[in-house]
Amino acid sequence: MTLLRVESLQKSFGSLNVTRDVTLDVGAGEKHVIIGPNGAGKTSLINQIGGQMTPDGGRVMIDGSDVTRLAPEQRARLGLARTFQKNTLFQRLSVFENVRLGVQARFGNSFDLAQRAAARTDVNARARDVLDLLRLTALAERRVASISYGDQRQLEIAVALAGDPRILLLDEPTSGLSPVETRQLIEIIRALPSHLGILMIEHDMEVVFSLADRITVLYYGEVLASDKPDVVAANERVRDVYLGASF
Amino acid sequence: MGEFVFFLLALAWPFLAGSYGTGLITEALIFAIAAMSLDLLMGYSGLVSFGHAAFFGVGAYALALSGMKLGLNPWLGILVAVMTSALAALIIGYFCVRVSGVAFIMLTLAFAQLLYSAAVKWRGITGGSDGIGGFDRPQIAGLSLNDPIYMYFACLLGFVLSLWLLRRIINSQFGHALVGLRENETRMRALGFSTDRLKLCAFVLSGAFAGFAGALYAIYNSFISPDALSFAQSGMFLLMVVLGGVGSLLGPAIGAAIFLLMKQFVSSHTEHWLAIVGIIFVCCVMFFRSGVYGFLKQWLERGART
Ligand SMILES: Nc1ncnc2c1ncn2[C@@H]1O[C@H](COP(=O)(O)OP(=O)(O)O)[C@@H](O)[C@H]1O
Ligand SMILES: [Mg+2]
Repeated sequence: MTLLRVESLQKSFGSLNVTRDVTLDVGAGEKHVIIGPNGAGKTSLINQIGGQMTPDGGRVMIDGSDVTRLAPEQRARLGLARTFQKNTLFQRLSVFENVRLGVQARFGNSFDLAQRAAARTDVNARARDVLDLLRLTALAERRVASISYGDQRQLEIAVALAGDPRILLLDEPTSGLSPVETRQLIEIIRALPSHLGILMIEHDMEVVFSLADRITVLYYGEVLASDKPDVVAANERVRDVYLGASF
Repeated sequence: MGEFVFFLLALAWPFLAGSYGTGLITEALIFAIAAMSLDLLMGYSGLVSFGHAAFFGVGAYALALSGMKLGLNPWLGILVAVMTSALAALIIGYFCVRVSGVAFIMLTLAFAQLLYSAAVKWRGITGGSDGIGGFDRPQIAGLSLNDPIYMYFACLLGFVLSLWLLRRIINSQFGHALVGLRENETRMRALGFSTDRLKLCAFVLSGAFAGFAGALYAIYNSFISPDALSFAQSGMFLLMVVLGGVGSLLGPAIGAAIFLLMKQFVSSHTEHWLAIVGIIFVCCVMFFRSGVYGFLKQWLERGART
């Protein structure tokens, strides 16, 4: 079933068309990877799906219902989660608290003024489970600002997963990571719950072809191709403008 | 431990200090409540309000008017004051939480100025710039707050109660969400938090505590004038919070006490006391970012390690 559908999306900044008639689908359990050169409009697309940016035209749908006019927080409550290309974390809070807030958003009660947050053992337990899954347990009590960039990239994903989403948007999760860290992260992404629909922006072609069920190529805001990896790899135009001689 | 010692000292204070010292600390306790209420917004939610006197003043006027015009028992008057301030904060906050940054600062300032000029112009009700005075102080079981010692203990009780409630709020899931808001609003929204509602709720709570302080202030002075709503008053609350240490609750309470003591002692020696306060403020912002409280805490921790 189609979890997430983007339909004829349009967005321009003045004369710059960052999104031109983009249509794509993400199904449950699908890993859909977006590739394209810098400035192709990949992040802008993710921002429009997440609700951080408003499109000029077209629709974003979750489970077949139109969410184009909904705020980011309303989309999140429908099971949409995301990470950011540039780390967007609670820098002065602990690693644990970062994830705990993500769990609280979905499973806690943020308008409970009386009970101590620490007393919500269910929320805390889930936060610890998520930290375990992302192999961040050893860093739980550290301030985010004091952990390595690679660990922060991992925490980005942990925070997004905290609320047990159904759709996960990942904006270049491996950017700036060492080859070892990248491999680790790929293993983690591979091990994510199988029902999760993932839409992921990625540059590293090895990563792309090892993970993707489906690849969409964006070029100057336009979809050049959107298909199974082998079909995309064989596409003449994609080869010309993006993949180059190596494929 | 340190807090317990402070509390014992506070209990003994009226019997150690004369009536002058008792009055000074009574006032400090009242302003401490107001400063802590502002800290809930500034320090924990990251919302810098330049118009916090609005809620302090509304609480003070509500107490005075509910007694003078409606003949309400002053104990009930305190409750009315808290609720009126909360309502004012709900209305003002409804508009303010929609914007952020400088616009938020400007809007809170504008609303406070609006209330200030209403208090000055609406002479029939508020007495204009002359203010209103001579209303009843509450009494219970023959103990009247006309007695400075009972007034002191009433304010001490109000302070301890406010500190306890505010701490509970800060340790709750709601409080944690406010801190998240302060740290990164984009992420909070992406996680599904209704950030506007959280901010509004913080605004209303903060206004309610400020109104409580305002009511105590009106009772303490048995007088209220538009000064309580003024820009200068809002500025003083800000100074108290920054001086004491943003986001530490107890810090702003200490800041309020230091501010009042400075005002008393410096202003008796020089008329330029505000200039001196300004210099201290600049030093705080430049060299002691965590305020007096943060400085003391660091110093004590360093002492404990060696
Ligand atoms: N808010 C904005 N205002 C103006 N231009 C923008 C804005 N956001 C992105 N752009 C421009 O849109 C283009 C696509 O950016 P982006 O979506 O970040 O590309 P990608 O993620 O594929 O590298 C870039 O040229 C960028 O400068
Ligand atoms: Mg990008």
